[in-house]
Amino acid sequence: MADIDRDTLLDIYTRTMKVNRTDEKFRSLLMQGKVAVMYYCVRGQELVSAAAMTALRDEDYVVCTYRGQGEQTAKGIPAEKWWAECLGKVTGTCKGKGGTMHITHPEKGIMVTTGVVGSGLPIANGLAMASQNTGDGKVTMVSFGDGAANIGAFHEALNMAQLYKLPVVFLCQNNRYGEHTAFADHTQSESIYGRAAGYGMKGVRVDGNDVFAMYHAAKDAVDRARAGEGPTLIEAMCYRMMGHFFGADFSYMPKEHLAEMQREDPLPKLRAVMLEHQFTEVELDAIVAGIDAEIDEAVAKALAADPPGPEELQIDVFEKVPA
Amino acid sequence: MGEITMAQALNRAIDEAMAEDSGVFCLGEDVGAKQGGGVFKVTAGLTEKYGEHRIRATPISETAIVGAAVGAALAGQRPIAEIMLMNFVGVCMDQIVNHAAKLRFMSGGQTNVPLVIRTTTGVGVGFGGQHSDMLEAWFAHVAGLHVVTPSNAADAQGLMRASIDCNDPVIFIENILCYGLKSQDPGPGYRVPLGKAAVAREGSDISVITYGRTVLDALAVASELANEGISVEVIDLRSIAPYDEETVLASVRKTGRALTLHEAVRPFGTGAEIAANIQEKCWDSLKGPVRRIGGTFSPVPFASVLEQAWIPNKQQIVDQIKASMGRG
Repeated sequence: MADIDRDTLLDIYTRTMKVNRTDEKFRSLLMQGKVAVMYYCVRGQELVSAAAMTALRDEDYVVCTYRGQGEQTAKGIPAEKWWAECLGKVTGTCKGKGGTMHITHPEKGIMVTTGVVGSGLPIANGLAMASQNTGDGKVTMVSFGDGAANIGAFHEALNMAQLYKLPVVFLCQNNRYGEHTAFADHTQSESIYGRAAGYGMKGVRVDGNDVFAMYHAAKDAVDRARAGEGPTLIEAMCYRMMGHFFGADFSYMPKEHLAEMQREDPLPKLRAVMLEHQFTEVELDAIVAGIDAEIDEAVAKALAADPPGPEELQIDVFEKVPA
Repeated sequence: MGEITMAQALNRAIDEAMAEDSGVFCLGEDVGAKQGGGVFKVTAGLTEKYGEHRIRATPISETAIVGAAVGAALAGQRPIAEIMLMNFVGVCMDQIVNHAAKLRFMSGGQTNVPLVIRTTTGVGVGFGGQHSDMLEAWFAHVAGLHVVTPSNAADAQGLMRASIDCNDPVIFIENILCYGLKSQDPGPGYRVPLGKAAVAREGSDISVITYGRTVLDALAVASELANEGISVEVIDLRSIAPYDEETVLASVRKTGRALTLHEAVRPFGTGAEIAANIQEKCWDSLKGPVRRIGGTFSPVPFASVLEQAWIPNKQQIVDQIKASMGRG
């Protein structure tokens, strides 16, 4: 596997740690009872999002799911706006009207966060179709889980994307669970990426815990899309180290398997890679400390911010607000 | 100027919008030149003018069609998606209800979805249960969607232009039996504002509030009853949601009587909502209860005799109006 230049590696590391520290902070706030909202934990999947977002340009489009913290944070939604939205505040990206499952921030290309499993793929096609129509050169990446590969929209979207050679990348984060159902109990095919062949599409499977494999898979797919060579289906193998949502029982996840997957944890692996590339412990710790400080400030501001006013119920339903 | 059919009027509105704005494009099953320009020929001739990227003939994938329209609209284009028959919207309801209708709100106004979903339906052509339903109430019940249906060719042209202009999602319902109807040609660039009803015929004894093909029945009945000294006002809503409450209430305050009429089944139909609203807001003006006519509460049948029995007919309209007038 080809190497990654030091700047890009540092970029991926920084984004990965932003995702991880945001996740840790959210769970800490929930455990302390300081906030009480739905949160879909991304522990174990940080690197997949960070490497994939690094492969995109700022202006490229992303469609993600309720477990989209990784894409949102790594693509660059400012922490202050992100936290305020998650806590239902008027200062949030969506004025507190979207919430954790519906974050939108077009400035950084986060066009849709959907709470409906699998529904993002057809929308990603449309964003890509707009780019194809206008020649704006943007690529759209849509992230989803293994469970999403079994809804009809997945199949319709893959067929249509390949038919029109749309500049779209389908990123399946195979975290081994669709809600509470293990991969083998919801899918009989051995892989998701293998389904791409059924549509004449390029499909690849990568180790989502390996920074080199993950980044290159994403970069290759993005480059192909941008060059007009059509879509790619990436299946990034990873592991959801917690339950479906924060606080949910996950006793159905076998302890032995969890222990085995924890040995594959992407974070210590990435740290080792960074050290091998002559980044120092001090440098890396300083990056994390800086991220933590930024998050703490964002959370404090979000907690202190106002909720949206009742007039917001009538605003944004239609373009025209009723008199 | 001569006459124009509804199918021609729709084609012209789309053609004009595509000529003026390169962001307007069509997608749907069979809409392309190779497929003949749509089952009802509404997009005929447009591929030749605008190319296959702007008239995209799609696979039979309703979810992918509407989803792509949502995505393209988010990116600033103005897609016109065709769902060949209204019953097939069931296949793509997630994209319409959870995404098209809600993304403006859920994003706090950062994004919007300026798309038109054209669809066709209608009772009376023997299509049976899965190709004939008027499902406008499903959409009228969802905040964030405009629901529009024309009763004549000129309105079809004007409403289509306004729908394409609209920065919110529009469900545009075309009644199969109306495609051949002719109107006086309204000329190029004609627009009918969304949310504005037409007083299709003025009258003083009773207001019939209707839309789509049943407007024709209401107008025919109004002509007949005029001979008997009953003056019927016919309101053609044109936009079912949001609807022109002001025009409806003003009409009922004038006539003191109201009848809602639609092809969709009666229970939980849009007529029920309008009737309830009239009773709340015009109680002091009403001379009797608001009456409702709708289709029979059963699937639309195939056999012609059953189908004709299913759909509201002129006699029912006459009977309800006379009953309302105390002349039953």
